[in-house]
Amino acid sequence: MATPLEFTEAARERAAKILDRYPAEYRKSAVVPLLHLAQEEWGHVSPEAMACVARLIGCSPVKVAEIATFYPMFNREPVGEHVLAVCHTLPCALTGCGSVFDHLSEKLGIGLGETTADGRFTLRKSECLAACDRGPVLLVNRRLHTHVSPEKVDEILTELEKG
Amino acid sequence: MNSRTVTLTIDGRSLTAPAGATIWEAARSAGIDIPTLCHDPKLEPVAVCRVCVVDVENARTLPAACIRKVEEGMAVRTDTDRVRRARRTLVELLEAGQPPGDDRRKAADQDELARLGVQLRSDPSRYVAACSNPPMPPDLSSPVIAVDLNACILCDRCIRACDDVQVNDVIGRTGKGSETRIAFDNGLPLGESSCVSCGECVATCPTGALTDKRLVDSAANGPDAVPNGSGTRRVDSICPYCGVGCGISYHVRNGRIEGVTGRDDTHTEGRLCVKGRYGYDYTHHPQRLTKPLVRREDAYPKRPLSADFEDYRDFRRSLRSPEWNDRIREVFREAEWDEALDLAARRLLEIKNTLGPGALAGFGSAKVTNEEAYLFQKLIRVVFGTNNVDHCTRLCHASSVAALTEAIGSGAVSNAFQEVLETDVIFVIGSNTEDNHPVAASYMKQAVDRGAKMIVLDPRRPTIADHATRYVRFKPGTDIALLNGLMHVILREGLQDRDFIARRTERFETLEPFLARYTPEMASRITGVPPSVIEDVALEFGRVERAMIFWGMGISQHVNGTDNARALISLCLMTGNIGRRGTGLHPLRGQNNVQGASDVGLIPRYYPGYQSADDPEVRARFEEAWGTALDPDSGLTVVEIMHGALDGSIAGMLMMGENPFLSDPNMNKVRKALQQLSFLVVQDVFLTETAEFADVILPASTAAEKRGTYVNTNRMVQIGRQAIEPPGEARLDGDILIDLANRMIRMEQGESGPRWAYDGPESVWEEIVGLTPIFEGITYAAMERDTVVWPMEEPVLFTGSFPLGRGRFTPVSFAPPDELPDHAYPFVLNTGRVLEHWHTGTMTRRARALDAISPEPFVEMTPGDLARLGVEDGCPVAVSSRRGAITLKAMASSRVADGNVFIPLHFKEAAANILTNDALDPDGKIPEFKFCAVAVKPVPSSD
Repeated sequence: MATPLEFTEAARERAAKILDRYPAEYRKSAVVPLLHLAQEEWGHVSPEAMACVARLIGCSPVKVAEIATFYPMFNREPVGEHVLAVCHTLPCALTGCGSVFDHLSEKLGIGLGETTADGRFTLRKSECLAACDRGPVLLVNRRLHTHVSPEKVDEILTELEKG
Repeated sequence: MNSRTVTLTIDGRSLTAPAGATIWEAARSAGIDIPTLCHDPKLEPVAVCRVCVVDVENARTLPAACIRKVEEGMAVRTDTDRVRRARRTLVELLEAGQPPGDDRRKAADQDELARLGVQLRSDPSRYVAACSNPPMPPDLSSPVIAVDLNACILCDRCIRACDDVQVNDVIGRTGKGSETRIAFDNGLPLGESSCVSCGECVATCPTGALTDKRLVDSAANGPDAVPNGSGTRRVDSICPYCGVGCGISYHVRNGRIEGVTGRDDTHTEGRLCVKGRYGYDYTHHPQRLTKPLVRREDAYPKRPLSADFEDYRDFRRSLRSPEWNDRIREVFREAEWDEALDLAARRLLEIKNTLGPGALAGFGSAKVTNEEAYLFQKLIRVVFGTNNVDHCTRLCHASSVAALTEAIGSGAVSNAFQEVLETDVIFVIGSNTEDNHPVAASYMKQAVDRGAKMIVLDPRRPTIADHATRYVRFKPGTDIALLNGLMHVILREGLQDRDFIARRTERFETLEPFLARYTPEMASRITGVPPSVIEDVALEFGRVERAMIFWGMGISQHVNGTDNARALISLCLMTGNIGRRGTGLHPLRGQNNVQGASDVGLIPRYYPGYQSADDPEVRARFEEAWGTALDPDSGLTVVEIMHGALDGSIAGMLMMGENPFLSDPNMNKVRKALQQLSFLVVQDVFLTETAEFADVILPASTAAEKRGTYVNTNRMVQIGRQAIEPPGEARLDGDILIDLANRMIRMEQGESGPRWAYDGPESVWEEIVGLTPIFEGITYAAMERDTVVWPMEEPVLFTGSFPLGRGRFTPVSFAPPDELPDHAYPFVLNTGRVLEHWHTGTMTRRARALDAISPEPFVEMTPGDLARLGVEDGCPVAVSSRRGAITLKAMASSRVADGNVFIPLHFKEAAANILTNDALDPDGKIPEFKFCAVAVKPVPSSD
């Protein structure tokens, strides 16, 4: 039996604060903020991290897995410093997300789901990000960019290189 | 509940349905079949597959019949072109996404999607594969369930079966869009997940996504496996394992059981656990006894056969090894039935004539039918001439029954466990319900999901505590202090039911002052439970209208087991929690027929129906019925008989389906006792560890091979039906007993003696009912028609009064266990069971799936204790007590507390009962299996 993954002391304190925001009988509602915490802690949400969150809120691991795998914001594999997710659902496809993705792929030299060798960028596709009227849409880490074009991609990348 | 009805038309037919019913339900009750894939009447509808859509007049769209409620005046059509087109298209789209190949076809019999396609004349080739995801490899990691996600249509049935019915919460729906998949735990392979292999998901899966592994993995069980139902004969019966008594169907082909399914039309609604669903193949195990065996002249003095297997370490290999058969042949020779039975009859009579009937004894079994148990006790009482007849009930609930009989006059469970769905608080103490009564546990967990509170109290955290609203860990052996503390608070807060106490009970005045000193603080010092927790539990329990109390061996298997039960009964009486639905006392019965075997008199002090053998009037009645004088002495209990064997006062024994070598405490002593017997006859289906000491072994039959009745933990009498023939020359247990009785009678009395003549189990049952008032009115015909509990039509007992009239309070003091830990033996050993095994493992360790899931013994210890010993998780340790020592694998677990260890009793290669203490409870005569002092030492690993 491998020792289960646990939060660090500091993260545990933050988890306790998050849990405090919910009445005892609705502890399970803390699942999303705790998954974000897990992602901050370990960079991605591994199955072990899901189990850790499940223990904290007192539910079965699969209930956490259902949430963690539904939302594209949660990385389930180790990722680069910046995660770039191109929405590929219909409105974005009609407004040209294909060329945005291809441009990113060419500039970074990586394909779908891959991370650059220097560990800086991860490229992926995303399900709908709820900004269909402003497509194509690109999610960079936790920030949403709308009306994205290949030119705008260059600006965004330059910005990230700087930061 | 809702008595209102609505009138509607379906396909032009006018019909009424209860308000709140769905269109699907209304149609079905009118005999109109609406196809569906995602719906199963046992599950809440979710309407995701849309196959059940119907045309409702004036509706905007086609609503799903499985979820749309009926309305007054609604006009529904199930067969319009529009409906047919929608239905067919949906099925074609789903079929287009199905994997090709033979494996799935093989399961087509159970594949509802494939069947529906045939029925609707679908043409999936109209569509290219609905999605282009590359095929996923099958997940064959579980020993019993094969997973092929390619065939999954995301109907959610498995999820609801796992979450809502069995309440195991293993399966979920993960991912999003075209990558949505069912998943286990946090995305683990099924075999590594927390799945308990109950198979409820497989039973409901409408495609080939979740199937019986034997169908796709020929390595697991040969290439001939067939799905349940395909070309097989179905035989409805009762599960041969625990006291829940689930309804099962055997599926039989060519004289072999090919599978087991749950019966929806029984009290357990088709639910099963891993033992019931996958543990049936022991009956076909090659080691079945098929010919009578007689000990060879040169095989005396007796010694255990298996000693050469290096303390049984090679037990698992011996299950398949031909060497084992050679060993048997060196000690036993095959004999004809006539020879074996005559020898048994003659030697038993010799002992009776020389040493007196009191030198004979019999151990019956809680696994056989009522009829067989009755015949067994009759053989011992009438032909052997002694009341020395007992069975393993002595080792499980003897103390509970003693306390119940004394307090209310009946040892029976008062209410069915299904009534947890109608209660406010479920109080579970000393019961590892999920492992020992898995299907009963599923109802408890469901009740919690629906809002009931569940308080679980146990020194070792049982898995059901994960579902409890409160779990209380207390120091082992301190139950009485805890229960007295709870009662103290209930009285202090005035939460007792004064009216009930006044009307229905007596001697309350002895209890009240007695409890004064059991303050929460005092109870806390003994139990280790904080005073505030004792107070909270008392308030939670005391304040509700209805509470049900469940307990298991954690209460009964102590030297003060009877006192433990007395305290529980007082708690129940004081709060008036008996005699109504959703209340009551429920000592969960361990074996499939432990209730029935006791009911029909397989216990020394009572004739059938708990009629006292000590009462001269009762005795006279039975003497007349059985046509002979009966033993006026009380008779000895299981452990007393073993002590008798050791001191020579018991010389001859008959054992039927009982394996005291492994099941009784202090095994080294039992071994000596068995060696000491001058004549032992064992009647069993396998050559058990006990049979290794036999002089004559009689091959008997399994539950699947016989017809007869069983009584479950709810007092429900159910018929088990014969599915297959006994192998070789093995005979039905009842026939063996009748034959032996007649031979002994003839030898004793000549041809003029009476003859036992029965015409099948029905005629034995008639004789039992004639002598047993509690079974009055219960006939095979009644059991065939409907579920029957004894007493007839009384699912809730004691509604007006108790058999004793008033319920009696008995104050009990806390007293420590018999053997406390000390410097030499610092750990407390607790013993019990695991989910996959049952009793001494004679059956379950010979069931392929159960052995694969739970292959070996282990000792559970806290990670802290392991670290202090310097032992890694999974490494061997030596566990010793004052009575013996065993070596087994350490398993890190936080289910036990520091200073405590747990060892399951099933494994003979590291038998827990080598260690246990055979000190007895004075009233129940039950040994203290749950507490003894042991030492744990690291063992250098050999590899």
